[in-house]
Amino acid sequence: MSNEHDIIEFQQQMMQVGYVAERSLAATLVLLTELQRPLLLEGDAGVGKTEVGRVLSKVFDCPLIRLQCYEGLDVNAAVYEWNYQHQLLAIKLLEQSRLSPESAEHQIFSEAYLLKRPLLQAITQAKPPVLLIDEIDRADEEFEAYLLEVLSDFQISVPELGTIEATSRPYVILTSNATRELSDALRRRCLYYYVEYPEFDKELRIVNARLSGIGQQLARQVVAFVQALRRGDLRKKPGIAETLDWAAALLRLKVDSLDENPEAVMDSLVCLLMTREDSEAMTEATVERMVARAV
Amino acid sequence: MSECAGIQTRLVEFVRLARENGFRVGVKENIDAQRVAHRCGITDPQRLHWGLRSLLCSDQNDWERFSELFGAYWRPGKLQARYQPMAGPPAARQAGGKGVGGGEGMADDAGHSGTRKGASAMQSLAETDFRFLADAGSMRTAERLAERLARRMRRRVQRRQRLQRHGRRIHLRRTVRNSLRYGGTPLQLAYRQRIRRQPRLILMIDVSRSMSLYSYVFLRFSRGIINALRDADAFACHTALVHITDALRQPDVTRMRESLALISQGWSGGTRLGEALQRFARDYSARINSRTLFIIVSDGLDTGEPELPAQQLAGIRRRYRKIVWLNPLLGREGYEPKTGAMLAALPHSDVFAPAHTLQSLLALKPVLTSV
Repeated sequence: MSNEHDIIEFQQQMMQVGYVAERSLAATLVLLTELQRPLLLEGDAGVGKTEVGRVLSKVFDCPLIRLQCYEGLDVNAAVYEWNYQHQLLAIKLLEQSRLSPESAEHQIFSEAYLLKRPLLQAITQAKPPVLLIDEIDRADEEFEAYLLEVLSDFQISVPELGTIEATSRPYVILTSNATRELSDALRRRCLYYYVEYPEFDKELRIVNARLSGIGQQLARQVVAFVQALRRGDLRKKPGIAETLDWAAALLRLKVDSLDENPEAVMDSLVCLLMTREDSEAMTEATVERMVARAV
Repeated sequence: MSECAGIQTRLVEFVRLARENGFRVGVKENIDAQRVAHRCGITDPQRLHWGLRSLLCSDQNDWERFSELFGAYWRPGKLQARYQPMAGPPAARQAGGKGVGGGEGMADDAGHSGTRKGASAMQSLAETDFRFLADAGSMRTAERLAERLARRMRRRVQRRQRLQRHGRRIHLRRTVRNSLRYGGTPLQLAYRQRIRRQPRLILMIDVSRSMSLYSYVFLRFSRGIINALRDADAFACHTALVHITDALRQPDVTRMRESLALISQGWSGGTRLGEALQRFARDYSARINSRTLFIIVSDGLDTGEPELPAQQLAGIRRRYRKIVWLNPLLGREGYEPKTGAMLAALPHSDVFAPAHTLQSLLALKPVLTSV
């Protein structure tokens, strides 16, 4: 049976482009290609949800089309829009020509004047792209319903032009930060994966994969420190990106071990703490204690 | 071959078991489950687990309890009474389903006929302090009215949105678009307008013992609000904080009561508002945006430190549109907010209103619509 082999191979491919993935995530991504369902990723901020889309496009060697959702996102920004200025110009030019009104109209509302936005772009590629719909929970419910329709039919109708069928089915990744409840219909249609903060070993591997110049000792200390910080009572927990930033900062400050240069550690903590309350809570004594434990 | 068919049946059964345990699973998932099994290999439980987990789960809650369900079904001999695949649940579900249709319809009818019987009875009910509604019948009517009231509020909110017609600023893109048909002359102007959105509501209901006369009415009221406004969340607080939106959303009232009872261990005990608020700020702060209306229903009789609620409210206020504090005691004659927590919290709430009768709830309408 080659299945296990598939999953491991996929995991290795992701590793090659710099993403340390759990086996279970690799298995889910293999299913994503097999079942052709969208994948909904949830998890705390900073656990690498968005990164999955980027990595997938690298592994498949296909374009990544990203749609960042926000409140008030509408069809014009997400699907298509007519290029009005161009159309007007064309009208002025056509006035001099002897084209019949019908053919003139036909010309003005042709694909040449259509501005493709991410959703339309994604379904009209020659090769299946990765469509990353980021923070879907920030978009309105109406948009969510529309998206559901597009994702099930893979066709978009433009009133002036007719229905545009998908030439390729994109791999769809949705991410959500749970600022509001998503509809059951959307949840049901998607595969689901909950991304957690990485364990010690995994985070260590990530740090090593991303920062090649880092010493083993420092990497271990950094990860242990951040893991302890996450267990604590912080307002905003540091994500993986913050760990990497901090490690890079320490590397830049030429710190080899956390306990030998307390000032540098204190100074560079801005990489990890994101609110005033958190930075106030981390006094020098607390940090020293945590460093002592991490070393 | 027969073995293969046997496994298929097992899978179908498992999918059904998942459905019975509240996973959102349809027919299509059944077919896809077979494909998952084929792809992941049925011989390796770990991979089957991963595959089915991604397929069948649809939120974090599902995600966390999937392993237990999976283990209970696929590990022989561990099938526990909790997850019996064939027995109780489906029958109960069906009965419940019928209950939803029949029960709700009847309740509604009763409501309508009640209205028809005469306005005066309703009127007096509307002015009665909830704590004097002794018999179960009038209590239920009050609850139902509270729910209908919440629904009416929504209509009002939506109407206001539609009335916003003419904007002040020109929408340039749309105007150019409109002028296409006139050959580029902007004859038909388009305006930009600020869309009024429904507020996002967060209700926090004190269900401690001192509130026990009122809390049920407010639970019904919040049920109405939650069903009417899609962007609403409800929490019950006593010494802890419980998210009750899903429980309230159930269509059947009896089942709502049951699930509330299930999550209500520790209700009717003391209140520690400050800690509840603190937990809210920590765990649910992602749900806050600048048009959020935060409603607290509490009598302010708090057993925790008086400074904590005030502190937390101040923090919440910075990020909220408005904080409304409803206090059922405020309607009583001679009551003055004197408890430590209440006094400390007062400066931080935008509206401090009584909520002891239906009429006082009705008076809230402008507050809800002016966000």
